[in-house]
Amino acid sequence: MAAVTSLGETPIAAPARRPTGMQAGRRRRLNIFRYVVFTIFGLFFLLPLLAMARFSLEAPNKLGTWSLQAWRQIASYQNTGIPPLLSSIELTLELAVITCAVILVLLLPTMIWVRLRVRWLARTIEFLCLLPLTIPAIVLVVGLAYIYNRIQRVELSTLMLFWVYVILALPYAYRALSAGLTAIDVTTLSEAARSLGASWFTVIVRVIAPNMRAAILNAVVLTTALVLGEFTIAYLLLYTNLQVELYSISRNTPNAGVLFSTSLAALTFTFALLLIVSYAGRRRRGRG
Amino acid sequence: MAVAATTKTGARPSRAGRRPSAPAWVGTVPFFAYVAIFLIWPTGIVVVDALKNPNGTWAFSNLSEFGNPLVRGYFIGSLKLCLISSVTGAVFGAILAYAVASGDPDGLIRRLYIAVSGVLAQTGGVTLAFAFLVLIGPVGLLFHASWYFEFPWGIGLIYTYFQIPLMVLVFMPAIDGLKVQWREASENLGASSWQYWRHVGGPLLLPAFLGATLLLFANALSAFATIQAWENQIAYVVPQQISTALSSEVGLSNVNEADLLALGMIIMVAIVMTGYALLLRRAARWLR
Amino acid sequence: MNALVAAAKKEGTLNIIACPPTWANYGSIISTFEKKYGITINDAIPDGTSQQEVDAVKSENGTAKAPDVLDIGMAVALANTSLFAPYEVSTWSDIPAAQKAPNGIWVQDYGGYMAIGYSSKYGTITSLNQLLGPQFKGAVALNGNPTAANAALNAVMMVNLAQGGTAGNIANGVNWFAKLKAAGNFNPVSATGATIKAGTTQIVFNWDYLNLPSYVGVTNWKVFVPSGIALGGYYAQAINKNAPHPAAARLWEEFLYSQAATGGQNLWLQGGARPVEQPAMTSNSSIDTAAAAKLPTISGTPVFLTQAQSTDAANYLAANWAKAVG
Repeated sequence: MAAVTSLGETPIAAPARRPTGMQAGRRRRLNIFRYVVFTIFGLFFLLPLLAMARFSLEAPNKLGTWSLQAWRQIASYQNTGIPPLLSSIELTLELAVITCAVILVLLLPTMIWVRLRVRWLARTIEFLCLLPLTIPAIVLVVGLAYIYNRIQRVELSTLMLFWVYVILALPYAYRALSAGLTAIDVTTLSEAARSLGASWFTVIVRVIAPNMRAAILNAVVLTTALVLGEFTIAYLLLYTNLQVELYSISRNTPNAGVLFSTSLAALTFTFALLLIVSYAGRRRRGRG
Repeated sequence: MAVAATTKTGARPSRAGRRPSAPAWVGTVPFFAYVAIFLIWPTGIVVVDALKNPNGTWAFSNLSEFGNPLVRGYFIGSLKLCLISSVTGAVFGAILAYAVASGDPDGLIRRLYIAVSGVLAQTGGVTLAFAFLVLIGPVGLLFHASWYFEFPWGIGLIYTYFQIPLMVLVFMPAIDGLKVQWREASENLGASSWQYWRHVGGPLLLPAFLGATLLLFANALSAFATIQAWENQIAYVVPQQISTALSSEVGLSNVNEADLLALGMIIMVAIVMTGYALLLRRAARWLR
Repeated sequence: MNALVAAAKKEGTLNIIACPPTWANYGSIISTFEKKYGITINDAIPDGTSQQEVDAVKSENGTAKAPDVLDIGMAVALANTSLFAPYEVSTWSDIPAAQKAPNGIWVQDYGGYMAIGYSSKYGTITSLNQLLGPQFKGAVALNGNPTAANAALNAVMMVNLAQGGTAGNIANGVNWFAKLKAAGNFNPVSATGATIKAGTTQIVFNWDYLNLPSYVGVTNWKVFVPSGIALGGYYAQAINKNAPHPAAARLWEEFLYSQAATGGQNLWLQGGARPVEQPAMTSNSSIDTAAAAKLPTISGTPVFLTQAQSTDAANYLAANWAKAVG
């Protein structure tokens, strides 16, 4: 069946053959377009970051002079025991892993199943996956506080934040996965696999998911970035995650630059982490 | 149905006899159970509180607040800001997504852009608003934008900073799904680039594009820290007023009012989603 | 007292809330207490408002993270007395009667007077109406929104009094800010250390202890108080009725109200705030005279807003502030 052979079909970027003739011209125009776009957007995104960086390098009390004071303050902040920053980094990383795992296990099979068998629920799920974004975090906490009160009586660990982080990541993960899901022919793929005797688990994990690599990767990227950048809910529920810890560090000193050095440090850390994660989504060569 | 027939005849021979099969929607129970506890329940608390008095008695008359011109102003402000930032973010994000997706799928540029987009999609708040303030505010490093404090232009620009990367991440998988064979086929039939996009690529991408725009809309709706840092003296949008209602220390704090405004936001998103669903149904006429 | 110290040490932890280390020398107070008694202090939501503090008490009730003590504005304190436990510190008699609840359910701790901080590049400012001049374009800012933040509301009230208004009617103050906005001098951004340093908010209305160069983070910062206007505000301490660490909470209060050279009262004084026991400590010479001398001089009779006046002002602002500065 044509559908089965469509596994591993080449996407719009096909680096295999050298384009000739009409394709060469189009390729050239495309490249010009790409580099213009990258330059313009690159500038737009870079300038505010540079502004933040410049501000983080200002000397504490004098304007116009440079100093690494704001950056050094991140490392030197010490309370009793191990540096709280390291422990909150470790904690937040664990949170990210748990949240990504739970959201993929929860959302992906459900989305596939709904697409295959329970189409009438699709709109409901779409709305539910949009709901966390419609309510500002400050109000969501009003309702969450009651549930978290019960949780905190039993388990005080900051890792308990993952319950709500999965909810917060739902809108983003859903959209990323949905874009990937609509691009492949789920029905035919699953029919074919089932007709060959595969269980539903195999269908989801070994047939459909590999075809959604980009979508799953983007969902993981979005979820990880969300967990590493989440501040309001942890703050209002009196937990200490990475962002709350960085915020405490910045409030510990009148040096305004520390707010920016901590933000940039978090951004850079997240960026490096996501870059590593994106390598995990590499298409294995030699297949398809 | 063909599907049922396939699974019946394709069932593994070791399965002796037919077990009574549960209705298909049972497969979605884990998802709904999770969402029920951690999303619907807190939302329910908020919604119920919206219709109560501070002393706990029911007050359905609270709903008349939506007729208050001040309150209507907040919602119109939110609508304006969300529409502008989501449409701008969607269009520019789609262009950037295409530029990234049309490159080498395993290349460094694509990975960098995914990682950067993940990070930037979650930025916001004090540091972002401050960066724009020092770049184009009254004492701007680049220039002084006289419209910087005008609503919705100044804040709209700041919002696109995280809307565009978000669009890139949720929309790129859809672009990846455009198979190069389709482009080649349309070229073989003599179609120009414009015709390809107008009749093949465009309609295929439309559902994902609209869905992503919807996500951007909701993302802008509940964003709060950024606009609060942009300017703090006038409440233009609903979350700003919610914050005053929740945490005012001069006696204007009113949790029920905050919850009522949140209820209004949920209703607003439900309306927007209905519009989106209708749009999609019209667009679906051109698909399969 | 010794029994209290022993019990508190056994608890080993104290949960405080919304006490930014740079605010009125809280950083020093926290570390002094930690070193003296070996008790770890968890300072949650450093920038929380008084209302958020009370909300945390309610939402964390019954967990080990609930705040033990609160440092809140008077309006919120008076509205939530049912959440507090009464306690009279050992220096109770040195606290003026008007600044404590008779049953000890709340007691004021430190306060300050409304002032205007400004960058020294403007020379010396001597009158409020100077700020309407063209050289201050986009430079004047408040600390928060007057409908939400106590400091901002008192800022408008201070201007109101300076413009001939009364504590019961804040209209004059709002009108002055409307004039400021019309002159293009009003900056809608909330002043923070960062905005001051970047030069976007060069003139800030805030409590005098928050207009210290050490809090603001720049050295060229001066303070101006309109002559004859002394609008003051004191914060209050309260102990959570269901505090997870009740002994530590009470020990903390004892520390805060102690008149020792390294006790809370003098540490607050060093942070530029006026401790509630200042009159008594000046009499018995336990006050840090050097720090006391650094406080900005206040002329005129001190005015403190009553609950009713505060509420009236807030309601007026809710209806008219956005129109005035929008």
